[in-house]
Amino acid sequence: MSMFSIFSVAGSGMAAQSTRLNTVASNLANADSVASSPEAAYRSREPLFATVRNQQGAGDPNAPGDGVQVLGVTESQAAIPRRYEPGNPLADADGYVYASNVNPVDELVNMISASRSYQNNVEVMNSARQLLQKTLDLGK
Amino acid sequence: MNPSTPNLFGIHTQALDLWQRRTEVLANNLANADTPGYLARDVDFRKVLATASDAANGVALETDAPGQIAGAGRSAEALAYRVPTQPSMDGNTVDAQVEQAAFAANGVHYQASLSFITAQIRMLRMAINGGQG
Repeated sequence: MSMFSIFSVAGSGMAAQSTRLNTVASNLANADSVASSPEAAYRSREPLFATVRNQQGAGDPNAPGDGVQVLGVTESQAAIPRRYEPGNPLADADGYVYASNVNPVDELVNMISASRSYQNNVEVMNSARQLLQKTLDLGK
Repeated sequence: MNPSTPNLFGIHTQALDLWQRRTEVLANNLANADTPGYLARDVDFRKVLATASDAANGVALETDAPGQIAGAGRSAEALAYRVPTQPSMDGNTVDAQVEQAAFAANGVHYQASLSFITAQIRMLRMAINGGQG
């Protein structure tokens, strides 16, 4: 493996973190959505990260791995809050609407963490690029 | 290194290889900073240096036919797991600040090895030219 694999490793990190930022954006946008049944209510989403193991080094404990991947997006199983709003057009027969279970504080924390991790990966990529450039200039 | 050329750059080529591998390992740690259950890893420099100096002293296996494998130089580059300073609830042991610091230091080491090699090349060129250019 060469130093070029760092670009794919850092790239996978950036892709994963941007997926996370996307789900945060979706959660925050839907924080105040209501629905007429608990099944239809918006549930907070979160991506599931997993390490990518290097194909060539399968079984080799010294293989450094090939970055990170998003296995899927999970939906929060937290309780759906119910509000009594008989005037709401989406209210059910008893006058209740079902709000989303998004916790805006969690989402903001997630957003900060994701953006910091994204920046870390950008820094890694920049450093690797500079080191490669210096290696190319070797002997000049 | 090709056995027909003398070992021009000493241990620095192996050092460069090591720093490059370590960059990869640290990049992986940073990419997996939010993966649940990921254990941060690092290269044990002392162990690799010992292996590299053994190889430099001629303990490495000779290969006289293409396809033979040249000794166990790389397999001894054991990747160790980092001792977490602040373990998190999801089992992830990456501490972004520690990794960033290690990554920065690693980059400087890499550049140091590069400049040793550059100096060696410059010296050889001077010897070839007889100091004429």
